[in-house]
Amino acid sequence: MTDATNAINVQRLRKEFRVQKSREGLKGALRDLFNREYTTVRAVKDISFTIPKGEICGYIGENGAGKSTTIKMLTGILVPTSGEIEVNGFVPYKDRERFVRRIGVVFGQRSQLWWDIGVIESFRLLRKVYRVPEKEFKLRLDELTERLQLQDLLNRPVRKLSLGQRMRCELAASLLHNPDILFLDEPTIGLDIVVKTEIREFLKSMNRRYGTTVLLTTHDLQDIEALCSRVIMLDDGNIIYDGSLDELKTKWGKGRELSFRLHEPIPLNRLEQLTEGLGVTWTKENELTAKVWVPFDAAPVSAVLSRVVGAVEVGDVSILEPNTDDIVREIYKAGSAASPAETRGTDGASGNAGGGSTGGDGENHASEAKSGEDADRAPVTAQGAGKHG
Amino acid sequence: MVNAYVDLIRIRFMMMLAYRVNYYSGIVIYALNIGAYYFLWKAIYGSSESLGGMSVTQMTTYVAISWMARAFYFNNLDREIANEIRDGSVAVQFIRPYNYLIVKMMQGFGEGLFRLFLFSVPGMIVASLLFPVVLPSNPGVWAVFLVMLLFSFLINSQINILTGLLAFFVENNEGMMRMKRVAVDLFSGLIIPVSLFPAAMSAVLEWLPFQAITYLPGSVFTGRVTGAAVYQAFAVQVVWFLILIVPIWWMWRRARSRLFVQGG
Repeated sequence: MTDATNAINVQRLRKEFRVQKSREGLKGALRDLFNREYTTVRAVKDISFTIPKGEICGYIGENGAGKSTTIKMLTGILVPTSGEIEVNGFVPYKDRERFVRRIGVVFGQRSQLWWDIGVIESFRLLRKVYRVPEKEFKLRLDELTERLQLQDLLNRPVRKLSLGQRMRCELAASLLHNPDILFLDEPTIGLDIVVKTEIREFLKSMNRRYGTTVLLTTHDLQDIEALCSRVIMLDDGNIIYDGSLDELKTKWGKGRELSFRLHEPIPLNRLEQLTEGLGVTWTKENELTAKVWVPFDAAPVSAVLSRVVGAVEVGDVSILEPNTDDIVREIYKAGSAASPAETRGTDGASGNAGGGSTGGDGENHASEAKSGEDADRAPVTAQGAGKHG
Repeated sequence: MVNAYVDLIRIRFMMMLAYRVNYYSGIVIYALNIGAYYFLWKAIYGSSESLGGMSVTQMTTYVAISWMARAFYFNNLDREIANEIRDGSVAVQFIRPYNYLIVKMMQGFGEGLFRLFLFSVPGMIVASLLFPVVLPSNPGVWAVFLVMLLFSFLINSQINILTGLLAFFVENNEGMMRMKRVAVDLFSGLIIPVSLFPAAMSAVLEWLPFQAITYLPGSVFTGRVTGAAVYQAFAVQVVWFLILIVPIWWMWRRARSRLFVQGG
């Protein structure tokens, strides 16, 4: 049964909750007293995935998608309705006490430290709870104290810590026993960017050093971009995407945004005139900056560039990466990552109607600014260029 | 592991020290209670020598020791557990390699020890100076009483845990908790010794666990019960302690599968 390469193995996992239904009115309330009605809510719907040892995997989804429910089943808190779970060689809910000895868990929204006592007291208690030998504990604590900069925090009571300080202590607390798997449920929620970055750096280095498997849920996609080689996306209890972040971006990125810094103010309609028929959308950032959204299936970036650069004085051009937030928002809206939905707005359809000339200048500029990911996009761009060129 | 549980007792003890204001107000409340009941019973006794097999002195001692024992065995485990269930933080307890209920018990014990040393013992000394309290002269009685006091704590905590765990099954167990509190104070013999209840009532109470909390140890301490009956009283406590493990274990198992944690 024990799996040598996989840290987490989940097969057709399902969790249902019985939720009490209240009837309306006084009569309903009376009836509720004697005969309750329940509705079954399926929070996690037969999901399957495996996570190899040493991987950092992001688990994302909207509120109520079933992320926390899954984490709670994986950590042995909740008992699944059906399906199989094996984590670190254990069935979490069956062999709970032995299983939790080898995992670490951080809930961003819930403190696990004892509220009224000093941080170091909490740590000492955890040492006893997890039966960590004194010597090992000291080494671990020294390392964690240094890496997470806890020196000044250790003697303060938890209730007097700021959120960022508390979070660093929570992380340290979850790692004192050097767990094989670390579960993080929204670890960066409510933290400022400095603490977020520190925590990400720390997690990365810990993963490299100890090969700790990490599963984290988050709403902050920058966490994912900074940490995860893999993303599992959940919607309404189903897995709608499981793969690398790059692939997700490639599949779902629907275009590029160009930002022009202009030499002199130019009205928006003048710019729109220039690119008429290309199916692009202009927005004005400020007097001297204009942005244009270029869908992949509309005009090629080069066509847009050549028309603009040829006609007006441009100080600088930058091509913006597709934003992960936007991509994920799109997927949430569509409810599936299987196939990208319609293009943004209606530009795509009208864009194909017009033609355009491809200027050499613009082409060069574009390829310089583009990132390495572009290889994946080649077919799309080529197709676009063919139509318009 | 035992080490960790002992540490939990110590930590709760330290926490109680940190929140001393509660403790001072508690002393006043208990002193008032003992005083009020002393005068009340004195009035009830009037000129009669004994009531329900207890002399005035025994009754005074009984009142004093009952309240001081209550300081030790009393805790708010029911409320703590219910709150942790309702706000979902009980989930965090499941990721630790220990038994949540034992942890709670240990915390209650730390609290109890704090009040025993800083409250009951000095309080009892003061009470014996103010009121005609007669302390047992036989060290054997003291020893048995202390063991019985420990069981008072265990049984009371078990009842608290049961009440608290109800929060898993009903949306609001506030009413249950209040009812339990009154039931424990009244039926345990804290307010009126069980022997003074009407015959039918005391017959019922003898079959309930509450009397094991206050009445039985109090009876031993005041010398109302002596000889072999002492061990009988102690045996009743032990039996109740063992019996109460069963519903707790059963509820805890059921609760595990019913556990519903707020949030997606």
